[in-house]
Amino acid sequence: MRHTISVLVENKFGVLARIAGLFSARGYNIASLAVSETLDPSISYMTIVVEAKDEKILEQIMKQLNKLIDVITVTDFTKKEHVERELVLVKVDYSAKEKAKLEAILQKYVGKIVQHKDDTAVIEAVGKEQQIKQLLESLRQFGVKELIRTGKIAIEY
Amino acid sequence: MTGAQILIESLKREGVAVIFGYPGGQVLPLFDKLYDANFNFILVRHEQGAAHAADGYSRATGKVGVCIATSGPGATNLVTGIATAFMDSIPMVAITGQVKTTLIGNDAFQEADITGITRPITKHNFLVKDIKDLARIVKEAFYIASTGRPGPVLIDVPLDIQQQEAEFIWPETVEIRSYKPTLFGHPGQIKKAAKLISQAKKPIIYAGGGIISSGATLFLRELAEKIQAPVTWTLMGIGAFPATHKLSLGMLGMHGTAFANHAITDADLIIAVGARFDDRVTGRLDAFAPKSKVIHIDIDPSSISKNFRVDVPIVGDAKNILGELLEQIKKSPDTSSWIKEVEALKKKHPLKYKDGEKIKPQYVIEQIDEVTKGEAIITTEVGQNQMWAAQWYKYNHPRTFISSGGLGTMGFGFPAAMGAKMGLPERMVFDIAGDGSIQMNIQELATCVCNKIHVKIAILNNGYLGMVRQWQELFYKRRYSHTCISGPDFVKLAESFGAVGIRVTKKEDVRKAIEKAISIDNTVLIDFHIEPEENVYPMVPAGSAINNMISGLA
Ligand SMILES: Cc1ncc(C[n+]2csc(CCOP(=O)(O)OP(=O)(O)O)c2C)c(N)n1
Ligand SMILES: [Mg+2]
Repeated sequence: MRHTISVLVENKFGVLARIAGLFSARGYNIASLAVSETLDPSISYMTIVVEAKDEKILEQIMKQLNKLIDVITVTDFTKKEHVERELVLVKVDYSAKEKAKLEAILQKYVGKIVQHKDDTAVIEAVGKEQQIKQLLESLRQFGVKELIRTGKIAIEY
Repeated sequence: MTGAQILIESLKREGVAVIFGYPGGQVLPLFDKLYDANFNFILVRHEQGAAHAADGYSRATGKVGVCIATSGPGATNLVTGIATAFMDSIPMVAITGQVKTTLIGNDAFQEADITGITRPITKHNFLVKDIKDLARIVKEAFYIASTGRPGPVLIDVPLDIQQQEAEFIWPETVEIRSYKPTLFGHPGQIKKAAKLISQAKKPIIYAGGGIISSGATLFLRELAEKIQAPVTWTLMGIGAFPATHKLSLGMLGMHGTAFANHAITDADLIIAVGARFDDRVTGRLDAFAPKSKVIHIDIDPSSISKNFRVDVPIVGDAKNILGELLEQIKKSPDTSSWIKEVEALKKKHPLKYKDGEKIKPQYVIEQIDEVTKGEAIITTEVGQNQMWAAQWYKYNHPRTFISSGGLGTMGFGFPAAMGAKMGLPERMVFDIAGDGSIQMNIQELATCVCNKIHVKIAILNNGYLGMVRQWQELFYKRRYSHTCISGPDFVKLAESFGAVGIRVTKKEDVRKAIEKAISIDNTVLIDFHIEPEENVYPMVPAGSAINNMISGLA
């Protein structure tokens, strides 16, 4: 199962390497990772989506993260009320014959065209995991030329 | 003050008395200041020796061991020693020189990314980028190394930081917001544990190295006596409980005593303290202690339910928790019939070996035990020698058995003995060695002789990388692939270093040689030519249940 974990860390060089090293050394897979500074510039915030086969592995991941000296707090959002979003940019075919169809789809799902030139458009979409998934599935027919996503970010409320 | 002076002043404030190290280009400013400083600085012959010596010093004294090396090759030579300390949770501070901050990342001469290299094998590490942080970093390094679950910490100090000037400001206290080890056990959990203990019929205490690092041996003994539970221990837990105590079961696991392995299999309650259910202890997991409830006391939350199920986890310092637990146990269980059962197991499966014409390694260790009255500090190398040393010497005090448990580092024992002797010069220190392992850090003979660190080395010379040979004999059809190993003439070798060498080839000379070695005021190496194909028994084959042992004495 996928878990969204948020990690507050000291904003120091090498911290990301410590976190990444912890995952690689133990063979845990990171599905996505987003890092940025917080309001307090001495602290960084990471949202990590991990694939954990069972609860035991998740528990180990949480404990091992907590054990790192530079980690301040670790929270598993899976069991908490939270808002999560991901941003994707998709480059698709925007030729005259596809235009209408594409626009119809964008009406239905999250996502809008933010730039287009010649036969190519860049679509931007912000949404929950499920919404992004639906959008990407329906865009497949347009010949996706490139796709880039930020990985999930999440906030508790 | 210069950075070098700040570093030295900080080490002084931390109470450092002994440093093991080796100089080089990127620590020249530091060594220049060390020239005038009052440390007992031991110049080793290989940086690995410095790391193991600092580790041995720490294991013997409980203080933080310190080693210093230059950048690049000096730093990478420390790596095995740091990993060894890390696996066994030994507090140590390693200081390395680094190229100038302006050159970092340029593949400069003797540059190695030692903080990157040691990240997974240190509890924490620091690269000093600003001289203003230096004193605080040293303070934090010692604090992190010695608190919580202890471990090695590395400080990488670039050359220009050593040379720059800054005011020396010593932080009297440490405040790391992201590091707050749990010291006291949860009272509710302790109550639950006390209740389980009161209801137990067949309790067993399984003691690990955490007892020793937290200084909880007296409480452990009190607990065992109060609830009348037999005590078994891990390799790291040797010395946590007196071997000659009537509740003692000796070591458990792969080369543990048969009665300890049987007893834990039959137990209905395991009280695990400062141990981590390592695979060398549990054998096949699904067959380990099948009938037992488990109380697991450990300072490291990640050790709990990592390998094995637990009913009552208690996170915190073993000493605090055992102290609390003793107060909470209002009614001791009646274990008299269990103790009888355990006594019967001891009689039925004693630890034994077949004596013979040739010198048996077990006999050598028994003799060392007798001559030193069980009061020596024993360090070991790795392999059969290590297991025999664990089985046949009777350790009654903590910090008297010093061995690389987690990493299993050949070449550890001799420099560790050197470190132990530096920490406790009045004590007799023996390295029980293999002929293979001793060749891995033999260069430290020069260090010992030069600094009058008079340790004794007992080589159990079987002409083999014996432990590997044993596995080849038992599981690879006696195909001894590259395990027959020759050595030098150890007597001449010792002499060439200025030490004393004694060769023993006859059983009747064993005791005399030990007595002689002790009486000589020098570093002495005894080369015992033992039965070449002697095996360590009992043995649990890898992947078997731990009560499924081969004894070899059929
Ligand atoms: C640095 C290192 N290399 C290899 C090993 C694998 N190994 C474990 S025991 C052993 C044999 C040790 O031989 P020796 O020191 O003669 O001890 P004996 O088993 O014969 O007592 C080896 C090679 C190890 N533990 N450490
Ligand atoms: Mg050997």
